[in-house]
Amino acid sequence: MQFTLKQLALAATLAVSFSAQAQKANVIHWWTSGGESAAVKELADAYTKAGGTWVDEAVAGADNARAAAINRIAGGNPPTAAQFNTSKQYHDVIAEGQLNDIDAVASKEGWDKWMPKPIVDAIKVKGHYYAVPVNIHNPAWFWYSKDALKKAGVASEPKTMDEFFAALDKLKAAGLVPLALGGQSWQEWITFYSVLLYVGGPDAYLKFFKDHDAASVNGEGMRKTLTALKKLHNYVDAGSPGRNWNDATAMVISGKAGFQIMGDWAKGEFGAAKQTAGKEYGCFAGFGPKAPYMVAGDVFVFPKTTDKAAIEAQHKLATVFTSPTAQVAFNNKKGSIPVRTDVDSSKMDICAQAGVQAMKDPSRQIANPDALMTPDMVGAVQDVITKFWNGNQSVDDAVKALQGAVKG
Amino acid sequence: MASSQPARKKRAAAAQLALLPMAITVLGVYIGTVLWSVRISFSSSKIFPKNDFVGFSQYERLFATERWTVSLHNIAIFGVLFILACMVLGFFLAVFLDQHVRGENVLRTIFLYPYAMSFVATGLVWQWMLNPGLGIQAAVRNLGFPEFQFDWIVNQDKVIYTLVVAAVWQASGLVMAVLLAGLRGIDESLWNAARIDGVPRWRYYLSVVLPQLGPAFGTSFVLLAVGVVKVYDVVVAMTLGGPGNASEVPAKFIMDNLFTRANVGLASAASTVMLLTVLALLVPWWYARSVQSRKLVHS
Repeated sequence: MQFTLKQLALAATLAVSFSAQAQKANVIHWWTSGGESAAVKELADAYTKAGGTWVDEAVAGADNARAAAINRIAGGNPPTAAQFNTSKQYHDVIAEGQLNDIDAVASKEGWDKWMPKPIVDAIKVKGHYYAVPVNIHNPAWFWYSKDALKKAGVASEPKTMDEFFAALDKLKAAGLVPLALGGQSWQEWITFYSVLLYVGGPDAYLKFFKDHDAASVNGEGMRKTLTALKKLHNYVDAGSPGRNWNDATAMVISGKAGFQIMGDWAKGEFGAAKQTAGKEYGCFAGFGPKAPYMVAGDVFVFPKTTDKAAIEAQHKLATVFTSPTAQVAFNNKKGSIPVRTDVDSSKMDICAQAGVQAMKDPSRQIANPDALMTPDMVGAVQDVITKFWNGNQSVDDAVKALQGAVKG
Repeated sequence: MASSQPARKKRAAAAQLALLPMAITVLGVYIGTVLWSVRISFSSSKIFPKNDFVGFSQYERLFATERWTVSLHNIAIFGVLFILACMVLGFFLAVFLDQHVRGENVLRTIFLYPYAMSFVATGLVWQWMLNPGLGIQAAVRNLGFPEFQFDWIVNQDKVIYTLVVAAVWQASGLVMAVLLAGLRGIDESLWNAARIDGVPRWRYYLSVVLPQLGPAFGTSFVLLAVGVVKVYDVVVAMTLGGPGNASEVPAKFIMDNLFTRANVGLASAASTVMLLTVLALLVPWWYARSVQSRKLVHS
């Protein structure tokens, strides 16, 4: 028999498409650094072991990855799953009806029973689950160099905000940089909402971020926060503007600086410098045993598709991502803590264990600002805060500007 | 003559056919998407484009946003200083190289080398050099001048000038190359004639050479102006728009709103404003040029 080139090509294509590409999943994510790649590989391996085929589509840069995912969804060639933060970033996409829900997986795994409330609020919209969380990050940790604190004569970890300022004074007197900060808008933002949470208190925090209450901006909680922020600025060195977050962590690692307010992803930097939590550096998430614990992290959403194989792949991804073994393996490498509270935390470092302990108390859980405000409003508030931090604006002017930003 | 008419017509038709893909691209892609962006700026699009119509509310919001007005202010300062400094510096470098100095090729390469670097690399290098704790200020202080201050990059009022410095360092080589080519096109005998008349060298350059470099200056101006409108990467690499919002530029504002802030409507409004500004500057210039060329034709 003589086949034309066209017929041969057609046969070859059909053969390839029917070959075993069981539950192929195109996954967009932004975990491209060394530690992050190792972590996402754990998820990929778990998925492959469960019988799926993982096609990695990493995009460097969180904004770029989210933009790529949105563009592909809008363009009609959506990935099987895309990474977002535990936030409102994808709520507009849900409103447009462009995401598949994963209620089937949620009910089978009993998410209603054990998933922390701040996460459920971010992933459950109008009674349907649209995203699977993979970790819990807290962006509002305090990290400190034990060496630097010893040199400055700070006897113990600060237990209140006043003790924290006293420690900063001692560090300044000893000639060290009291607070290592990278002067980029998002880092100033983390400093702002951490101080609001720990100084203004959870009520002022929620009134501002959740209720968008302009009147509360002029209240005592916010005013105390802005004053504290102004005071904090004196403890940051002159080279701070523009500094990257990991360069600031490096200052703490080398003992040149005392404290840094940063998320628990900073642990990766300490680990890469071969430092151990509790030995060369210390960590605490807020002041006191009942301090609020901020819940942030990463989720995966599932763009709308009617292809049965793709839907199977999506459900398999959701199941695998929340399975105990995958959770432990992934979070150990990532520096975050598992979403599940029923996993063995004995092998985690003391910072992660403290986090797991805090999560066990639902009254301490509080949602991160991205889960309470749209990206647009977050941006408007960030602009106000970065101007206040970097300039000589008075607290009254900042209050007015914040009220304008939160009005939307 | 009659026999070449159909041949000429066929050549013209073939040429037009060859240009057709380019024409479709320009009309469909460039102009079409520009029109679509303008349309979107009148909608309430957030993360996905929407087809509604909200009048000028995006523009009202735009001009009420302090970050936008700061960026316009910055691009004006940056544009004027950058173009001026590049033209002057480029001209002096070109004149210097035109003196038939020894090692001219090597010097030309050295002066043009910064342009081979990306704006991102330029921004990063200058960020380190201007950092008060790591760069020039620290070095001079270590040399024994403890009161020396050069912390423009962390100063809200002076940070825009650091951007100008980095950009001029990068682009003046290009202006030098263009002007040098123009200078080489000027007849040497003019200088000999001027020398006989006792005209000093600097006067010769001012009154004889400069007017003849008109087209070269025009080319440089266009290249530099395009760079000014586009400036984004040097800002992101050097200051990320900081400290605060002091070194914000329109292109960065638009990019941030398109992607991070999921605010397509606002970004489109900002893009439309930029387009109108560029057109407002170009149209009078085109008109002046067409009047001038018509004068030349009729004279």
